[in-house]
Amino acid sequence: MNKHFENPFIDTIYNGIVRENPTFVMVIGMCPVLAVTTTASNAIGMGLSTTAVLILSNMIIAALRHIIPDGVRMPAYIVIVATFVTVCDFLMEAYTPELYQSLGVYIPLIVVNCIILGRAEAYANKNTVYLSCADGIGMGIGFTIALLIISSVREILGAGEWFGNPIYTASDFFAPIEILIKSPGAFLVLAVLIAAKNKWKWVSDKKMEEDAKKAIRES
Amino acid sequence: MQGLIIIIITAALLDNVVLSQFLGICSFLGVSTKTEVALGMGGAVVFVITIASAVASLLYDFVLAPLSLGYLDTIVFILVIAALVQVVEMFFKKSIPSLYNALGIYLPLITTNCAVLGVALNNVTYGYNFIESVLCGLGTAVGYLVAIVMLAAIRERCEGCEYLESFKGVPMVCICAALMSIAFFGFSGLNI
Repeated sequence: MNKHFENPFIDTIYNGIVRENPTFVMVIGMCPVLAVTTTASNAIGMGLSTTAVLILSNMIIAALRHIIPDGVRMPAYIVIVATFVTVCDFLMEAYTPELYQSLGVYIPLIVVNCIILGRAEAYANKNTVYLSCADGIGMGIGFTIALLIISSVREILGAGEWFGNPIYTASDFFAPIEILIKSPGAFLVLAVLIAAKNKWKWVSDKKMEEDAKKAIRES
Repeated sequence: MQGLIIIIITAALLDNVVLSQFLGICSFLGVSTKTEVALGMGGAVVFVITIASAVASLLYDFVLAPLSLGYLDTIVFILVIAALVQVVEMFFKKSIPSLYNALGIYLPLITTNCAVLGVALNNVTYGYNFIESVLCGLGTAVGYLVAIVMLAAIRERCEGCEYLESFKGVPMVCICAALMSIAFFGFSGLNI
């Protein structure tokens, strides 16, 4: 899990997807994670639009980092992010009207997604455009993967479908657990997945510790 | 009159902002460690959401809509909310220092609380007039206050309990929130 890469571009992307995954590790930007993960196609739509906004705003903020005065940086970031969100909102309304309908108010709410302002503040205003682009790609993909995992669990177990395609039909043996696609299901699935990640990290950290001890003993 | 009461009850209980619309989750999970802290945050949110929905509604009806600039609503609302939070903070500091000391640290956090922007945008989508917008804002904010105080109270009770190591922290809070969300389903039985 704590692997590092030689190439800084790839390392930054890997950092966003695994080491500092916004949803499972940093637990920020949770509103869309809980709200739009009822179906896998909603999750992909939300993930990709957030990724697009994140990459563009990271690059612009990194490019302007010496120009924006420190005192007004927050309002400046908000305007930059809001501009890209509005563009994204129009594009989705024009080209993917169905997705636009089902995501509803959560598209304009990308503006207040903590991931975007958080990365602007923590990464883009200190790093080059090239690395900020990598950070946007990594964080965006990490967020999309997290949304896809949560929504797949909810949609498959809760509705018996995946991307709207029926996978199994209700039988005496197993019927879809309907509560998982309702609002309590969002909290339940998230809780179980984060707990599973904690357990996995715990086990892998312990293993790494043992390996290190072994290496010291052998030398 | 009846319609207005229905708007408040729907916004506060039936369509609870945190438990069924999932807005403002960050502060809901983050600032719910102690009941007093949760009360402070909830109070600040009630104040800001009510004023923000009033201002946003006036701005939309008298500036954006007549100039057919409705598509700028996201940008304008978020800037107005950010400015408003600043103004409210300065006003409290100057004239009601006791309230400022109680809410102080929570006020700046509210700018990025998506419940505020969410309510303002929802009011536009539903086509609410000024009074309906303010009441919807108030109802939503009261729903937030109720939910965050309840969650904080449950978390205080959970502190001494024993459960699986891997569920420590966020997962346990999510389980509590899920149970509260199930309880709030009961309100959908209200016949209005």
